[in-house]
Amino acid sequence: MGMGIDIRNLMAKRAAEEIKDGMIVNLGIGIPSLVANHIPNDCKVMFHSENGILGMGKSPEKGLEDPMLCNAAGLPVTITKGASYFDSATAFGIVRSGYIDLTILGGLQVSERGDLSNWIVPGKRIPGIGGAMELAKKAKKVIIVMKHVDKNGESKIRQKCSFPLTAKACVNLVITDMAVIEITKTGLLLKEVFNPYTPEDVIENTEAKLLLPNEHIKVIEC
Amino acid sequence: MTNELKKFNKLVTLEEALHYIQDGCTLMYGGFGGVGNPPTLINGIIEKDRKELILIGNDAGFPKIGIGKVVSQGRAKRLIASHIGSNPVAGQLMVEGKLDVEFSPQGTLAERIRAGGVGLAGILTDIGIGSMVEEGKEKVELNGKTYLIETALTADVAIIHAKKSDYFGNLIYDTSARNTNPLVAMAGKITIAEVEEIVPLGSLSPEEIVTPGVFVDLIVESKGVDWRWAWE
Repeated sequence: MGMGIDIRNLMAKRAAEEIKDGMIVNLGIGIPSLVANHIPNDCKVMFHSENGILGMGKSPEKGLEDPMLCNAAGLPVTITKGASYFDSATAFGIVRSGYIDLTILGGLQVSERGDLSNWIVPGKRIPGIGGAMELAKKAKKVIIVMKHVDKNGESKIRQKCSFPLTAKACVNLVITDMAVIEITKTGLLLKEVFNPYTPEDVIENTEAKLLLPNEHIKVIEC
Repeated sequence: MTNELKKFNKLVTLEEALHYIQDGCTLMYGGFGGVGNPPTLINGIIEKDRKELILIGNDAGFPKIGIGKVVSQGRAKRLIASHIGSNPVAGQLMVEGKLDVEFSPQGTLAERIRAGGVGLAGILTDIGIGSMVEEGKEKVELNGKTYLIETALTADVAIIHAKKSDYFGNLIYDTSARNTNPLVAMAGKITIAEVEEIVPLGSLSPEEIVTPGVFVDLIVESKGVDWRWAWE
């Protein structure tokens, strides 16, 4: 997506800080899938996968892949102790009933009210909905990891989403290659910036209005 | 055709099974991203040159993996799925107007298939409200909340993949290749299970059986996966 692996990993590392011991977590495809590599060993979480796994583990070593044991992106995975397999109806029963503590997904646009668009660019890219609507609407916490601006330099954080919605008012936190922004009741709060960007750079590249915190804006070193 | 089928020994040849899959039929398939798609039946459909199919399943596979092979050869006129992103050919056919795609959120699609399989007319869900998914769909108020009516899905033929079966068609699945297979197994007027290993009646523990054989009409022995996985 035009970003180096370093910044992708930096975004994933920052997202991983939101994962707490004991959580049930679902990771989306793309940068979100890198998040699992950044969780401390003493942090016990159960990763949920839409294709019917709870307790998904790391990628297998090369040559030890089981072609039947894959994540929702079709990539081989392993399982951890206490894992279970189930059908897709149960997989989404877990989601709709609110057992996912945190989901980390990719995004096309996020609005200042926390609306999310991430399944279709009309007439251009039509990946499809997948499990995004259920996850965005029903997970207790939704983090979107995405580039701050699109290929044309347009802000992906907007007053209103121009692409069709995945779900309304569902996003809690956005992590971009420039900043960490929280969706609060009063608006978008700029919490952290990635070095070398300044808060002014972020404001300039954001179509929606950003609120500044009373405290110092943290700078994340690259 | 059902009364011709044997009730306690459902094993048939691939040739016999493919007789039930005809041009223009509604074909539901188990699997997720190619994993758990039945490879032998899919190759058979291609060899028999079946076309004009109405496909129902989780996704469009990858261009050369799983059901993706059928889709990217233009053998489907309509597809009901949650996702086609892993198969760019499907997106291309859709943009060119050669493939009509109905998107259903993944969990909703799973429940629509399950509903069809268990004799229900549809489901009520709040997923998709406020999005394109609600367009043209009836809504109901229940206990002060608004729900979409999502209709049940069934098919002329359902094709699935299982790890093991007995001759009655009791099925167990292989890790995450289970995915939509137990749901699809219930939703076909004719359900064909492609199975890796077929064992005598009584060999499977009743405790471990995921799909009761009563839902299965035909069993075909699998020749195994012959495609290269996307990650290889």
